[in-house]
Amino acid sequence: MSAVLAVEGLRTHFFTRAGVVKAVDDVGFALERGKVLGLVGESGSGKSITGYSIMGLVDEPGRIVAGSIRLEGAELTRLDREAWRRLRGNRIAMIFQDPMMTLNPVLRIDTQMVEALRAHQRVSHAAALERCREALAWVGIASPDERLRAYPHQFSGGMRQRIAIAIALLNRPAVVIADEPTTALDVTIQGQILFEMQRLCRESGAALIWITHDLSVVAGLADSVCVMYAGRIVESGPVDAILDAPLHPYTRGLLESIPSRNPAGRPLAQIPGMAPSPMALAEGCAFRERCARASTACGVAPAVSNPAVSRTLRCVHPLQ
Amino acid sequence: MAAYALRRLGQSLLVLALMSLLVFVGVYAIGNPIELLVNPEADDAERLRAAHALGLDKPLLVQYGVFLLHAAKGDLGRSFVYNIPAIQLILQRLPATLELALASTVIAIVIGIPLGLLAGLKPHSWVGRSIMAGSILGFSLPTFWVGLVLIMVFSVHFGWLPPNGRGETVSLLGVPVSFLTLDGLRHLAMPALNLALLQLSLLVRLTRAGTREAILQDYVKFARAKGLSTGRVIGVHVLKNILIPIVTVIGLELGSVIAFAIVTESIFAWPGTGKLLIDSINQLDRPVIVAYLLVIVTLFIVINLVVDVLYSLLDPRVRLATAAPAH
Amino acid sequence: MRIATTARPALPAARLERVESPWRRLAEEFAASRLALLGLALLVLLAAVAITAPWIAPQNPYDLAQLDVLDSQLPPGSHSLSGKAYWLGTDDQGRDMLSAILFGLRISLTVGVASTVAALALGLALGLAAAYFGGWLDALIMRIADIQLSFPAILIALILLAALGQGVGKIIVALVTVQWAYYARTVRSAAIVERQKEYIEAAKVLALPEWRIVLGHLLPNCLPPLIVVATVQVAHAITLEATLSFLGLGLPITEPSLGLLIANGFQYLLSGKYWISFYPGLALLVTIMSINLVADQLRDILNPRLKR
Repeated sequence: MSAVLAVEGLRTHFFTRAGVVKAVDDVGFALERGKVLGLVGESGSGKSITGYSIMGLVDEPGRIVAGSIRLEGAELTRLDREAWRRLRGNRIAMIFQDPMMTLNPVLRIDTQMVEALRAHQRVSHAAALERCREALAWVGIASPDERLRAYPHQFSGGMRQRIAIAIALLNRPAVVIADEPTTALDVTIQGQILFEMQRLCRESGAALIWITHDLSVVAGLADSVCVMYAGRIVESGPVDAILDAPLHPYTRGLLESIPSRNPAGRPLAQIPGMAPSPMALAEGCAFRERCARASTACGVAPAVSNPAVSRTLRCVHPLQ
Repeated sequence: MAAYALRRLGQSLLVLALMSLLVFVGVYAIGNPIELLVNPEADDAERLRAAHALGLDKPLLVQYGVFLLHAAKGDLGRSFVYNIPAIQLILQRLPATLELALASTVIAIVIGIPLGLLAGLKPHSWVGRSIMAGSILGFSLPTFWVGLVLIMVFSVHFGWLPPNGRGETVSLLGVPVSFLTLDGLRHLAMPALNLALLQLSLLVRLTRAGTREAILQDYVKFARAKGLSTGRVIGVHVLKNILIPIVTVIGLELGSVIAFAIVTESIFAWPGTGKLLIDSINQLDRPVIVAYLLVIVTLFIVINLVVDVLYSLLDPRVRLATAAPAH
Repeated sequence: MRIATTARPALPAARLERVESPWRRLAEEFAASRLALLGLALLVLLAAVAITAPWIAPQNPYDLAQLDVLDSQLPPGSHSLSGKAYWLGTDDQGRDMLSAILFGLRISLTVGVASTVAALALGLALGLAAAYFGGWLDALIMRIADIQLSFPAILIALILLAALGQGVGKIIVALVTVQWAYYARTVRSAAIVERQKEYIEAAKVLALPEWRIVLGHLLPNCLPPLIVVATVQVAHAITLEATLSFLGLGLPITEPSLGLLIANGFQYLLSGKYWISFYPGLALLVTIMSINLVADQLRDILNPRLKR
């Protein structure tokens, strides 16, 4: 099956007064129809900016400086603004982290849903409302008629996120990018949302990119995983392979620092040091300072290697 | 909601009563109007008679008591100068002032909000920067000086617009208004523009600040992610959010505008309450001053109340705060 | 039209490249705007001119002996019979406008700054007291401030001056009365936020005397918004004084500020002798504008919500 989304050599840089921030520095992956990709990394790794780049939402002082993004065969980086706009919310959709502020607090739910439909299709207001009603029911919101006339602040966080999901899926996009959508929610709700999203994507055939800093979330959800560090993908592959046999020291560090993996009563395992500032990236492997396996060979940025089928790795001292 | 309104009303009445006392006592201290109204050659007996006729020989508290009694009946004394009820005098001149204030507010809104939006969306472009520089200019220009310059340019130099007075009026719902006649508009143009300047600058800056904050918000990001056109994102999502505080500020500033009209009216000899006040101060026409202050205080209190209520109606978060979040 | 809405990439915290004094950083950020620098330069120039007015003015406009009424209402650039140049013309009394403006500037600036400083001191004291002691003192002070702030300054000042009469001291009283509430309210809001912070608790636990806590710890952290308010208020004070003088209620004729000069020239406007009002007005305008330019930049760089 050909990939519905293929990203290759993506570089998104921010040209600020303080210097050039290489937020995304040579990122590539492929996403198949109906599959889920987990994009994992800590704050500052560039995972959110990757999502924005694919959506075309990167603005001054940042821009995509190199690379290709192919959505259903079409090259996105060469599109003009109007063409981008037609794709957004239509063929690619995005869900954000904090549902409290994602929905406009002074507009009604139906206004915000109907406009998402009417921005891309010619439908009557009544027909649009009907579709919205169905969409709300589909994401598991009861009595949709009342809900449509309400305002965002009248809902709980979990409900708001469901509404945001409903809006994202309204136009049956081919790709949905979810940027840490459960981080701001209660743990119990997190599980529900995760489950819903899985179901919805399966039912609609949309491919999903789930951006998160939490590997454990990705474990039950994703088909494949990309681990990002300092703007680069350091390791990628099928989820089971990555979780059972990580090759990059950073991935192992992430896995080991998950609290449930640590025996009770012992200090939690940590990766020593801190993530580097994207402005002060030295030559070579960005993880060098914190890696126990580092050597002088790491002074040169490791190229992407293929240690196994559909796995990539950027490391000259892999774990196996 | 009703309890809140009632409480505000009660507070307002208290403030009104307090202000009336302050006003009365303060104005009393201004000076002895007898000196002005009576021939300086007059002897003491004449002065006493005049004072008695105007009730000025009674002790302060008694005068205040009498004043309150009359005020409750709507009688705020007679003007020493014009010899008609002060309240009538004020009400005669009020439409002119209100017309001026409202005209300038309209000008400020129509020009100010779009300019502020533009400046907020492109803060570092030369357009944005010149709008901001312009607003600083508008802020810094003393109202009366701008009035002078306007007269210099449009009346003296070009001779297009008349420098003083109010134009022809027609009656609208029993109130004389001048903006419906061409002559009236010609007279209204400069004073209204002059008065609008301060409000305009304020609105531009407010709108700009609000816009700059608003476009950093997540809901704008989400609106763009939905593929909405830029026009809709700004015109609906951003605008509706920033309009709420702006409308309240406009409402609250209305009182200021009416007060500032004092200056504009003086420059352009606009026959409103402001000019009346200045003249009354110079002539020590106390009842008129008192009446003016009380009318203004009442006006302010009413405006504040209305703005408060309006705000709670406009912002759905306040209006529907009682709804319990559902799961 | 482009809207720059997307967030910057998240930079990991606690990365201090250089440790520099906050004043230095303030100065650097301030200098980022050329307009603000221009404003500051103008301001310094005006202050210098105003202070040295008695020495640099071509003529002392209050010395009646130096005036020649035959020279009255001369346009700018003309010369007196004795060869003196009147750069900006003369007024109805034969006074050299340039000198009158220099002296007027002096008075306007003095009154403006003096009243601002006094109002600042008063408002600061009351605001800090209200924030620190809370309770009924807080409620009382804030109630008064609120009521006063809900009325336009010009109205309050008008009535006060009508009651008090003319004079420099009286106008300063009026200006202080009108302004103190801004400072009080600003200081109180900032102080209330600061009061709840932990370093104040720590100071209390150390049993430091109250005045030390308030002055040494609370006050410095409330300064940024106060600086902005004070700068803007100087401009307001100057404008208000000018307006009041223009209306005939401010300073007496013996000490004309720029406002009074403008008022004096008003009657000659319609006959084309614009310079008697225009140039004092220009001086006023430049003064106010430079203050506002400086204040604007200060406000932008001290506003935490725009720091992203």
